[in-house]
Amino acid sequence: MADFDQELDASGLNCPLPILRAKKTLNAMAGGQILHVIATDPGSVKDFDAFAKQTGNELMESKEDGGKFHFLIKKS
Amino acid sequence: MEQKKLAIIATKGSLDWAYPPFILASTAAALGYETQIFFTFYGLQLLKKKLSLEVTPLGNPGMPMPMGMDKWFPVLGMTLPGMQGMMTSMMKKKMQSKGVASVEELRELCQEAEVKLIACQMTVDLFDMETSEFIDGVDYAGAAAFFEFAGESDICLYI
Repeated sequence: MADFDQELDASGLNCPLPILRAKKTLNAMAGGQILHVIATDPGSVKDFDAFAKQTGNELMESKEDGGKFHFLIKKS
Repeated sequence: MEQKKLAIIATKGSLDWAYPPFILASTAAALGYETQIFFTFYGLQLLKKKLSLEVTPLGNPGMPMPMGMDKWFPVLGMTLPGMQGMMTSMMKKKMQSKGVASVEELRELCQEAEVKLIACQMTVDLFDMETSEFIDGVDYAGAAAFFEFAGESDICLYI
């Protein structure tokens, strides 16, 4: 996994909390910075993809590892 | 690109039906939508400072019941005093264990994200409600005000 500037652990949270927490964290970050989100909600895979497409933030990586989902989002 | 708009009418005042308007509004706001929820009739319960929302299995054959309760307690059993309170607390526990946010939390997230919450003035008058019962930051308006926003919305939902 590439380097990141901030990490958000949304493990155990269900829809729509991982997205809402990610959005809030991104708001406080600078353009070009990278956020690493960890989630356990299987729905978050499609949701983060859709979030990135609709907000213009880039989803650089999306993968599952040991029952957890990892996302790298670059703030636009 | 012009900001997209979502208009929601929330008409129901039970615990289960409190979720769709707040989940969709908070998510839409996170996606950059300008969002309004117009609360009318029983939906006004969702704006009370102190929420006392319940869920009822009555008239709701689709509600999954824990421990096969639907087999042991046919419909009549669900009318027993205390049954609704019990189902409500079981539902809340289940939601908490699955990491589902509380209605209060989702409502706060909506307000933080500047979702506009509008109470139907007519319903407030009809049910002799006091505006002091409602959370701060609520606007009071009527159908015409709703259409001003809804008429320009990209998505309009009646819940």
